[in-house]
Amino acid sequence: MSGDVMVITEHMEGKFSDVSFELVGKARELAEAFGGESIALVLGGGVDASVFASHATLHVADAALNHFNPEAYARVIEALVKERSPRLVMFGWTVIGMDLAAWLSGRMGVPCVAYAKDVRVENGALIVSSQAYGGKLIAEVSPEGEMAIVACLAGSFPAEAGHGSTQATVIPSPVDLGGLKMKFLEVIKPEAGDVDITTQTKLVAVGRGIGGKENIELAEELAEKLGAVVCASRPVVDAGWLPRTRQVGKSGLKVKPKLYFMLGISGAPEHLEGMKDAELIIAINTDKKAPIFNVAHYGAVADLFEVTEAMLELL
Amino acid sequence: MHIVVAIKHIPSIADELPVRHNNIDFDSVDFVLNEWDEHSIEQAVLIKEAVGGTVTVIGVDVIGELDNALHLALAKGADRAVKIAAEEPGADSHQQAKWLAEAIQNMSPDLILSGVQASNDLDGQLGPLIAAYLDLPYIGGTSAIEVTNGKAMVLKEFPGGIGMRYEIALPFVAGVQAAPKPPRYAPVSKVRQIAQTAKVETIEPGEGESGGLRFLKMAPPVVTGHAEMIQGTAKEIAARIVELLKSRGLL
Ligand SMILES: Cc1cc2nc3c(=O)[nH]c(=O)nc-3n(C[C@H](O)[C@H](O)[C@H](O)COP(=O)(O)OP(=O)(O)OC[C@H]3O[C@@H](n4cnc5c(N)ncnc54)[C@H](O)[C@@H]3O)c2cc1C
Repeated sequence: MSGDVMVITEHMEGKFSDVSFELVGKARELAEAFGGESIALVLGGGVDASVFASHATLHVADAALNHFNPEAYARVIEALVKERSPRLVMFGWTVIGMDLAAWLSGRMGVPCVAYAKDVRVENGALIVSSQAYGGKLIAEVSPEGEMAIVACLAGSFPAEAGHGSTQATVIPSPVDLGGLKMKFLEVIKPEAGDVDITTQTKLVAVGRGIGGKENIELAEELAEKLGAVVCASRPVVDAGWLPRTRQVGKSGLKVKPKLYFMLGISGAPEHLEGMKDAELIIAINTDKKAPIFNVAHYGAVADLFEVTEAMLELL
Repeated sequence: MHIVVAIKHIPSIADELPVRHNNIDFDSVDFVLNEWDEHSIEQAVLIKEAVGGTVTVIGVDVIGELDNALHLALAKGADRAVKIAAEEPGADSHQQAKWLAEAIQNMSPDLILSGVQASNDLDGQLGPLIAAYLDLPYIGGTSAIEVTNGKAMVLKEFPGGIGMRYEIALPFVAGVQAAPKPPRYAPVSKVRQIAQTAKVETIEPGEGESGGLRFLKMAPPVVTGHAEMIQGTAKEIAARIVELLKSRGLL
């Protein structure tokens, strides 16, 4: 068993995601504590892999990995992890890492920590803080055994520390990538046409607390008075109350408006990922323990309908 | 076509979450169906409606109250309900997935669905673990699955509204992010009726194996910042917000 820390990086359309750099920066620090090396793993061609501050970068440039293919990625990672026996394997808790981390854990029989916010080494032991229960509780856990997998929430570590120019070593795929059950077919881009919420300076964001499609109008009215545009959390979009183009968060869009006015959104980590850098965040929620109040600049424990009606009277 | 949906009964995050011995105080919380399981059930029933077949819903009964969730699934169109009677509220995903994988293996499924994640998936989600134990591939974050001729067309979501389409040979495991349609509503009367007549099969759990996480501490997040709270009636709150926006040049 080595003291190495392996990072599974991710990229789309030739660009690595921020979380890849965040993980590499953290991996360097952890590898030093374990007396090993940080190894960035890049899967798929069409990217410049020599952009990390890792001790080493391995690049499996096989074309079958150019687009994310969960099965192909999983098999290659499993083989490389078996071959190299790192102390720690790091994924992002992203739409990519979420497909891989627990699967690898089940295959290898090594512990996995999801929703990780912080990873550290104390007296040689690995300690992970994990943001469970929709952000309402932080669990501090120590994975048993000599190897562990952690999947970290995006935005948990500074990305700067991960940028560098370590020359990537191209290696052949350790497994045969023919005969896979999963075949990538195509990328589907979102339809243009709706307002672009990422360019708005003011947003009124509605969550499940809005209660139904018939109430969206009220939010629209408030938005109009404020010179804002309405956006939403995921459940509102899943329910069909607003189009996908209005969704903010992990699987939606990242926004950074001057005003983010929130009605009935709890503040789940997946939503925060998309808006936590807004300049002024005001949240209305009936639950005084809603996690959003730890992030908002101003908050009120109140019924969103009453506050909205009262604001409409004033505006 | 046999579709198996693995569901998870989890502590409700809508309520207070009291902590005891470095974990949730399971006696003082309500358990609910993981919200993404509603989508995986819907997805399964949609496939059944399109191509025929049966839907089996299975879950680990961690506190002995899973029947409600199973009845609801039956009311929405599932054909068969199975519970693994473990009564271990602290059973982690690894443990549950081991039990589920064992039971599912005997069902010869063509497709296994689960919710993309659950809020208590500290050691990872059920779907990829079941896939690993059954030596099947896993794909999560799906928003549409269509089945034809032993293959599935799967749409997986990526940030920013981007989707990627895959063709996948059956069987495999998918973690459903959203069904192509909002989960259907089952009238209370129908659920009640099913509760009276339906048979939920019970399986005893086999060997479980935990995910190997030692819990050192569990607590609400240490808040580095907290919103400045605006007190008062709705009118007073509204007035203060408007004043705030004006003072910031936002109105
Ligand atoms: C892979 C993945 C990606 C995801 N991506 C995203 C994403 O991009 N964006 C996103 O938002 N979510 C995303 N989610 C979902 C996320 O986990 C949460 O489920 C979601 O953000 C919750 O939305 P919400 O706050 O509107 O709903 P809830 O968590 O249900 O919160 C509703 C809130 O409304 C409050 N409320 C109710 N009634 C009232 C009232 N009358 N007045 C005031 N307050 C009221 C309640 O107290 C509660 O806090 C993703 C999840 C996964 C698994």
